[in-house]
Amino acid sequence: MTATTHEIVIEAQGLKRRFGAVEAVRDISLTIMRGEIFGLVGADGAGKTTIMRLLAGVLRPDAGAIRVAGVDVVAEPKRVRSELSYMPQRFGLYEDLTVAENIFFYSELFSVSPRERRARTGQLLEAAGLAPFQRRLAGQLSGGMKQKLGLVCALIHTPRVLLLDEPTTGVDPVSRRDFWAILYNLRESGVTILLSTAYMDEAERCSRVALLQAGQIRSCDTPSRLKQAMPGALLDVVADDPGAANQALKDAPGVLGLLLMGDRVHVRVDDAGRRSPELRARLAERAIAHTEITTIEPGIEDVFVALLEPDGAA
Amino acid sequence: MSLRRLFAMAFKETLQIWRDPRSLAIALLMPVMQMALLGYGVSLDIKRVPLCINDQEHSQLSRDLVQRFVASGWFSADHASATDRAVRGALDRGACAGAVTIPVDFSRALMTTGSASVQTVFDATDTNTTNVAIGYAQGVIAQTTADFESQWAAAHGLRPPKIGAVDLEARVWFNEGLDSRNFIIPAVVAVILALVGAQLTSLTISREWERGTMEQLISTPVTALEVMLGKLVPYFVIGLVDAAFCLFTAIYWFKVPFRGSFIVLAITTALFTLVVLGIGYLISVRIRSQLGASQVALILTMTPTTMLSGYTFAIDQMPAPVQAVTLLVYARYYVTILRDVFLKGSPLQDLLIPIAALSAYAAAIIWIAARSFRDRLD
Ligand SMILES: Nc1ncnc2c1ncn2[C@@H]1O[C@H](COP(=O)(O)OP(=O)(O)O)[C@@H](O)[C@H]1O
Ligand SMILES: [Mg+2]
Repeated sequence: MTATTHEIVIEAQGLKRRFGAVEAVRDISLTIMRGEIFGLVGADGAGKTTIMRLLAGVLRPDAGAIRVAGVDVVAEPKRVRSELSYMPQRFGLYEDLTVAENIFFYSELFSVSPRERRARTGQLLEAAGLAPFQRRLAGQLSGGMKQKLGLVCALIHTPRVLLLDEPTTGVDPVSRRDFWAILYNLRESGVTILLSTAYMDEAERCSRVALLQAGQIRSCDTPSRLKQAMPGALLDVVADDPGAANQALKDAPGVLGLLLMGDRVHVRVDDAGRRSPELRARLAERAIAHTEITTIEPGIEDVFVALLEPDGAA
Repeated sequence: MSLRRLFAMAFKETLQIWRDPRSLAIALLMPVMQMALLGYGVSLDIKRVPLCINDQEHSQLSRDLVQRFVASGWFSADHASATDRAVRGALDRGACAGAVTIPVDFSRALMTTGSASVQTVFDATDTNTTNVAIGYAQGVIAQTTADFESQWAAAHGLRPPKIGAVDLEARVWFNEGLDSRNFIIPAVVAVILALVGAQLTSLTISREWERGTMEQLISTPVTALEVMLGKLVPYFVIGLVDAAFCLFTAIYWFKVPFRGSFIVLAITTALFTLVVLGIGYLISVRIRSQLGASQVALILTMTPTTMLSGYTFAIDQMPAPVQAVTLLVYARYYVTILRDVFLKGSPLQDLLIPIAALSAYAAAIIWIAARSFRDRLD
């Protein structure tokens, strides 16, 4: 399914970067193989954007070494630029240029031949569902279409590495699906993709995920192994009043952590078989109605929360 | 450097200028307004001040003097009055703005003593006009005196004496008619181009930072030099249009005599345009906010070009340290060039010094700007 080989495409060692008193990135090391879709997951301010910028060579690290596509990015940031495409978190294209003009501009900056440009433009616009909007000003596109245009511009040349900073934040589900279809296709052709995301379901689609907190990687592995490694087991509690359920179960014995998710609460416990009846009894005792408790497989968000809790690592 | 990326930048920048018609209109209308404002401001120069002549002598010499007043173009001898009372009456009625009284013994005094007095009276209601008129009248008289003294000395086999009038003559030599307009309007063109040019480019980089397009731009293979030259191309065209407009207005509207060659004018104007655009671009590279960049551009160009370029104050009359400072004011070279090309018709080889200075300026600015361009966020 994946074209992952053992060729290292992105390698960072001991990266550090601070802004005044803020240590945005502290001692980060990453090794990403060719054909991976690598996800950076973390709360706002965790350092995702800073890492992207360091890898793209638009920001200098205070310490550490970076190699991208065989180029020493710290020493020769210019040389890496024809090898990668970087899509910043904030829309970086020209809003007063049309879709077609933006694509043309970036294809020229990357010296794409006219024939190749025509072929790729048609293909990419089709895949992104932007074909009818070529003459529209980029500023008049919806959020999702803007992000897809960003991706089209990033892919108008043949980058070996694609850096996408929260490419789907605020994007409608249809556009997100288009987006991911394009990414999967790219992986097949051996492009290495590093993306940051705020969506846990997207993290699950990555070949590997790094969980970031306060400029450090708390955990880094495939989504399934991350989930296996989560301490304890997960119970799914469905309640009419999940807030009350959350409150009631917080201090129950054996509960390691809780995560409120819409109409349900994910409760992480030390032993599912033993705690499940205990929790049921506790909820009944407090008259919290219509409760249903089942053992479930954890999602990335559960792992994430578990890792970030102070006692979670126990 | 890749020409392809340079042209891509130029193409993109041109589209952006085109899509922003308000800014484009300002870029093209600002010089029109300034030219009108500054051009008319200086063209309030007086012309044909009506004089009342009281020639009591009616000799060859006295008629010659009156003729000189009229020939200067600043005065018209509309009235002739025989008495002081009549002169007063004409002045009071406003029939004339000044009077010249030539005494009965004018020729005799001049021939015997070598000096004679002529009385001039001006209506001082409009002090400004009066001062200018008095200055002109003194000019006419000084010129007459000088001519007479040369003739007199020649007739007596002596060397012509060196007097004040000679000095005056030297200063107005190429602006005969003493017409300050002809001298100032070419300088006005230089000042306007310096101001407008820097404004044109002062926003171009800060705009990219403010709109968030810079981060993606610098992540591509484009280089500092390509960004700069590409961005300068469309502004160079606009700058030349502005320059052509100002120069043609000076020549065809304000009728400043143009004695030089258009080719020399075009070459030097292109060079100056490059310098002023480069200055604006350098400011743009250094200052990331649009408002800040535009204000700095205004402050940095306004004072030096208006005060130190020779536009309002003659450089050779400034104190030596200030004169030294003016060497850094690029506008002064273009002011010199324009005055020389307009009034003297100077060919290229006579302008090598200011051209060399402007070229050095252009090269230095472009080098510094290219080096100052940061292709990183930090
Ligand atoms: N240019 C900057 N100047 C000052 N502080 C910054 C800058 N960029 C990032 N930071 C700080 O560094 C930390 C990490 O930010 P960032 O990398 O943007 O995180 P994320 O993308 O995960 O939200 C935050 O505390 C942020 O305020
Ligand atoms: Mg971010």
